[in-house]
Amino acid sequence: MERFAALLDALVYTRSRNAKLRLLADYLRETPDPDRGWALAALTDGLDFPAVKSSTIRNLMSERIDPVLWTLSRDYVGDSAETASLLWPNPETPSDGAPSVSEAVDALARMTRANVMTELPQLLDRLDAEGRYALLKLATGAMRIGISARLAKTAFAQAFGVSVEDVEEHWHGQQPPYLALFDWAARGAAAPSSEDLPLFRPFMLAHPLEDAQLDLADYAAEWKWDGIRVQVVRVAENTRVYSRSGDDISGTFPEIAAALHVDAVLDGELLVRGIHQGGEEGGAASFNALQQRLGRKLVSKKMLAEYPAFVRLYDALIIEGEDLRPLPWHARRARLEALSTRLDPEHFDLSTVIPAADFAELIRIREGARDNAIEGLMLKRRDSAYVAGRKTGLWYKWKRDPLLIDCVLMYAQRGSGKRSSFYSDFTFGCWDGDPDAGPDSGAELLPVGKAYFGFTDEELKWLDRHVRSHTVNRFGPVRETDKSLVLEVAFDSVHLSKRHKSGLAMRFPRIHRIRMDKPAHEADRIETLKAMVRD
Amino acid sequence: MAYFDPLRLSLSKPRRDVKNGVGTTRFPPHFSSMARDFSWIRPEPWGIHVVPADCWIDPSRPVDRALVTHGHADHARGGHGETVATPETLAIMKLRYATDEGAVPVAYRETLRLRGGVSATFVPAGHVLGSAQILLEHAGERIVVTGDFKRRADPTCPPFEVTPCDVLITEATFGLPVFRHPPVEHEMAKLLAALAANPDRCVLVGAYALGKAQRLIAELRRAGHHDAIYLHGAMERMCRLYEELGVDLGELRLVSDVAKADLAASVVIAPPSALNDRWSRRLPDPVTAMASGWMRVRQRARQRMIELPLVISDHADWDELTQTVIDVNPAETWITHGREEAMLRWCQLNQRKARALALVGYEDEDD
Repeated sequence: MERFAALLDALVYTRSRNAKLRLLADYLRETPDPDRGWALAALTDGLDFPAVKSSTIRNLMSERIDPVLWTLSRDYVGDSAETASLLWPNPETPSDGAPSVSEAVDALARMTRANVMTELPQLLDRLDAEGRYALLKLATGAMRIGISARLAKTAFAQAFGVSVEDVEEHWHGQQPPYLALFDWAARGAAAPSSEDLPLFRPFMLAHPLEDAQLDLADYAAEWKWDGIRVQVVRVAENTRVYSRSGDDISGTFPEIAAALHVDAVLDGELLVRGIHQGGEEGGAASFNALQQRLGRKLVSKKMLAEYPAFVRLYDALIIEGEDLRPLPWHARRARLEALSTRLDPEHFDLSTVIPAADFAELIRIREGARDNAIEGLMLKRRDSAYVAGRKTGLWYKWKRDPLLIDCVLMYAQRGSGKRSSFYSDFTFGCWDGDPDAGPDSGAELLPVGKAYFGFTDEELKWLDRHVRSHTVNRFGPVRETDKSLVLEVAFDSVHLSKRHKSGLAMRFPRIHRIRMDKPAHEADRIETLKAMVRD
Repeated sequence: MAYFDPLRLSLSKPRRDVKNGVGTTRFPPHFSSMARDFSWIRPEPWGIHVVPADCWIDPSRPVDRALVTHGHADHARGGHGETVATPETLAIMKLRYATDEGAVPVAYRETLRLRGGVSATFVPAGHVLGSAQILLEHAGERIVVTGDFKRRADPTCPPFEVTPCDVLITEATFGLPVFRHPPVEHEMAKLLAALAANPDRCVLVGAYALGKAQRLIAELRRAGHHDAIYLHGAMERMCRLYEELGVDLGELRLVSDVAKADLAASVVIAPPSALNDRWSRRLPDPVTAMASGWMRVRQRARQRMIELPLVISDHADWDELTQTVIDVNPAETWITHGREEAMLRWCQLNQRKARALALVGYEDEDD
């Protein structure tokens, strides 16, 4: 437990992703089974002990400390588990040593509501403040230390020198403490079997196409739709919809999960019906419409009717038990086309292959994409197998050029980690009114977005200096600048939004150029940005 | 004089009128039942007024005559007509304000006769070099003002001495039961382990320039770390003064005197405000640490972007604060600053008479 407690604390105080990965990987490599598996489950919210709730902590403490002192302490610390770990009285008799993680898990799993008030104190008495914190966090399942399932899997892969795609594939269907998974990764045993489970398979991903020209004899082109990448899996009557990160989102899109009646693993883009992308023919609403459906645990009938979802399929990994991934793209595509006639057309359609004679024609087609509000093109090597991860030369995404607008820097905030000494998060605005009409015209800047990337390290240093020497106001960690600097901001699209003061929300804004040459009054007006909305 | 009862919880015994009379059952046995109101000492928001002597303890505005407990800027302000303090505290103040006009040195345990039949004795408080409690005596009554204090050993200053009195005027910076400072050896081991685990980086520790920095260095030496320790420029003069006053700190160098790469595997000490400032860019990928009692609470450390929190404080923790009230066993406990609600509650639960003074201007965010 001491090692786990130390890991937990180190993760709390570490902000850099790479450093977190190193901490996790070291722990997984150096800790014996089954402790490491339980720890992994605890960190990724894979554990639940019904007898221990946060009210249990309160009740335990009410027997040990004056309620007023408890409330004052809890209010100051802001976390019940941490407060209890600090206030817990040292036991009068020496303890018999700290329990191991698996010992603690076993004991927690055996506890009932009837005996938790006597059993939990016995564990707490054997730990120091850090250990008590780790135990209470593990018991109540409220880690909140920013370890996503993806990060944990990456750390696991890093610990044992295996690929993260293999980890993802074998992970699903395994139960804590993941002994078979550690046997496979750490000791070279056979990978755990997963035949009858609706498991997530890692996605094949694309590189951005920079300036290259491709031969369309080798590559097929498809539209790049602006939705979310999903995998629909059905096996033995069980259907799941997985997001790009492997999260199960079947509950958010029940109509999709219910519509697949063939055993298969299919890859496609989840969209909402509409005419925003590609007009009538394109048949998809904007990402903004899809966003109404994301992240909901319960879906009302009204949501289902107003924002009907469907999947635009572009690949098949497995059909009726046959693993198609080793086959070339054109063979998988033929199988997918054959399958598509058997699918429910209301919830599944096929991504079209764009018939272009050569690359020059494709460029022309792509230039028209903006008018159709399509994100860009995908280029897929015709003879390539379905390979997990991002391998060079197989799939390319060719986004249309970004939209650009000149904004004025308004506020800046310090970053975190390596950037904690830099002002690196920038809020910028456009003019509301005519800034050239003179100081009494009432023209003012309206914040339209925030960006914290797009600049080089050298540019960041310059921006940091600018912010420090042009500050007119401070609000906690935020500085207001004198609104003299013009930033050319690149972004993918802009949408109407009720949540923003300007009524507009940009997607993927980034600092494209610092326009030291341009006076602030020449920056763009809010009408210019509004005209770019394609909702 | 109203007594502060924030929570209005009734005690098992009915309260007597605490303004004029005293409930004999609620006070320690040595306390006589004669009515006393200690009106010769008067707490005001800007300091404690010793009325018959017309002088002030740690006033936050300039006065004719000040008694100063220790050298931290919030207690030792400049501009007084006369400043009575230990020679070490006066030396610290001279360093800060560049003048020792009106300085009146008083040695520990030396009794000073003030006007109006008041005498003052300075007693070690164990907070920083030169820090003192002030015992005031008048008309047979004894009042102790602790100033800031701690009870644990500190290689840079003499330890706190328990001084019996009728009224204990105590600080309560860490007056919440969650604050229990671990042994300093434990925290030193954490620091040295981080140093050993990161040979390409330095460990940058944020610490108050007066007291904490020197104690940290002395504790590092005690733990066997004899390499050069690097200082932010703001630390230098105070460290030199400590050495002149007889505290050995080993080899100290300035960060500005060496190349970035030479700082790898070293301990660097800077004021807390410099930790995430531009100054820290000259260091080789520092592990950011901070030595403070506030580091006990994870969210406090995270807010300050600290990677290595070191729970080291020059203030008494909860156990020390409450133990001090028990050891001194005063008739009344007055609380100057900090988290007074919890201390008041503790006194109430333990049948001790207490009140909060609500003094202003004592800052302790970084200690």
